[in-house]
Amino acid sequence: MFSGFMVNAWEVGTIVAIVAGVVGFFVVLRGSAFPAHAIPNGAFAGAAGANLIGINPLVGLGVFSLLAALGIGSLSRRGRADVVTALVLVMMLALGAAFLSQSTEYEPQIFSLLFGEILGVSSSKIVPVAILGLVSIVAIAVLYRRLVLNSIAPEIATARGIQPYRTDMAFLVVLACATTVTVPVVGALLIFTLMIGPPAAARCFTDRPGIAIAGSVVLALLTVWAALASSYEFNWPVGFFVGAFSAAWYGLGRIYAWWRRTSAPRGSGTME
Amino acid sequence: MHFLFEPGFFTSGPVRTAAVIGALTAVVSAVVGVFTVVRSQSFAGHALTDVATTGGSGAFLLGLSPLSGFIAGGVVGGGAMEMIGVERARSRDVATGIVLGAATGCSALFLYLDTTQSATTGATQQILFGSIFTIDPSTVPTIVILSAATLLGIGVIHRPLLLGSVSAELASARGISLRVVGLLFMLALAIAVGLSSIAIGSILSTALLIGPAATALRITRSLRTAVAVACFLGVLTTWLGILLAYDSVSWDPSSQGLPVSFFIVAIVFLLYLASGLPFARQLSGRRAGGGPPQGEIPPRREDASLGAAV
Repeated sequence: MFSGFMVNAWEVGTIVAIVAGVVGFFVVLRGSAFPAHAIPNGAFAGAAGANLIGINPLVGLGVFSLLAALGIGSLSRRGRADVVTALVLVMMLALGAAFLSQSTEYEPQIFSLLFGEILGVSSSKIVPVAILGLVSIVAIAVLYRRLVLNSIAPEIATARGIQPYRTDMAFLVVLACATTVTVPVVGALLIFTLMIGPPAAARCFTDRPGIAIAGSVVLALLTVWAALASSYEFNWPVGFFVGAFSAAWYGLGRIYAWWRRTSAPRGSGTME
Repeated sequence: MHFLFEPGFFTSGPVRTAAVIGALTAVVSAVVGVFTVVRSQSFAGHALTDVATTGGSGAFLLGLSPLSGFIAGGVVGGGAMEMIGVERARSRDVATGIVLGAATGCSALFLYLDTTQSATTGATQQILFGSIFTIDPSTVPTIVILSAATLLGIGVIHRPLLLGSVSAELASARGISLRVVGLLFMLALAIAVGLSSIAIGSILSTALLIGPAATALRITRSLRTAVAVACFLGVLTTWLGILLAYDSVSWDPSSQGLPVSFFIVAIVFLLYLASGLPFARQLSGRRAGGGPPQGEIPPRREDASLGAAV
């Protein structure tokens, strides 16, 4: 389980879990689950396009996820955020379908981009994942105060001179950065699941942002490690176990939150 | 005529089926879509295509008909989203995400088992990217019946649905159970999305659900007009897309043409962008800074914080 190709999977899985745990906390806090789904999925069009004109797919992924982030951010100013996200996503998917229709390679590529090939990661891919993951976490650390304030108390944030539009944009770009590099490694579906399940579960256990982020990272790590081990044991796809464990954490979190609500005496509940 | 319509356009069987089924799903999507946009449930509307796909791949594994899998997947997923996230509007986003994550995980497993057991890898492609030109004619009657049922259902619940979407307090005061209405709407949404994702593919399903409805809601403030405009735009877009895709084969003889989904989505997207331009805003008689006209649908509270007009 800890030899050969599995070593790379453990390493890259650990990096991805840490990044997803940190960035995912803000995805859940800000209600940005849809952009978190749309950006990595839409970015696959970039990989298809890059493949068509013969350049590195990673460049295509990067360009398209950045375009998706900027498009969602800027169009949201004039329209409903969820509508804009949906339309940007389908536009990029349709572009991807058009690119694919012009090339001869079809299915294995789609499959690997959607579901990832974490078990087939070469060691040369670990370095870029680590670097961009680090960049995302540093960016979150720099933006931390304004992200928290803007998400929890938008009025106070505006009064202190934090511009909501710029904060939105900055966060979407961080999201694009965190997802791009992980998509070809673990797949668009897996990264999304990791960004929602563990952080949403962690928020059920505590209301304090710092502790919730730590909890979210721990749960994401447990999810990935358990998924890799189970996948190795049962020979089923990693993505299935990640989805199952993430949903299970969230279920436990909701049960805990419900139990705390009903067992605590009235009036001593935590601030909602 | 041949400049506009390539030879064989009107006599081709697949094209005719595509035009009829495409128009039908466009109408159902547009009607359900107007409520989806008003209720800010675009994410759920999109996520249900993936959840329905999970049902489809599961049905493939069990040897059941894909259509029943798509519908069952959508209904179970939609029900789960509504049950998890019913308490607060903000947690709906997370609930949708959790269900989507779990469903895609199952998709990964089902598709893996499909490919290892049947050895034909074409299954993945067919399930993920259904095409309007490859509709199985034998499923047409079922699609028509379910579409009619969905439209009827929306017609029955449209008043409490709208009231519940616009003002929860007012609806509760009149004795409307928001939970029941929400669940019923989710059921209609799940069936509509399940049908459209098997008939026209998941990309087009979301595009036709959200695009025409959002465009219509931007250029008119009356709900009835919005539904009519959305249906018109949806059908027009679908037919234009089919025509362009059919013609595109002849544009460059060396290639195989561009997919129909590309054209339809491009038109939908451009129409939405155009409806935000100044002249379209004038068309709707909306003055900048003016007070809201009577009978207008006010934005939900969580959207107001985004500074959003529809």
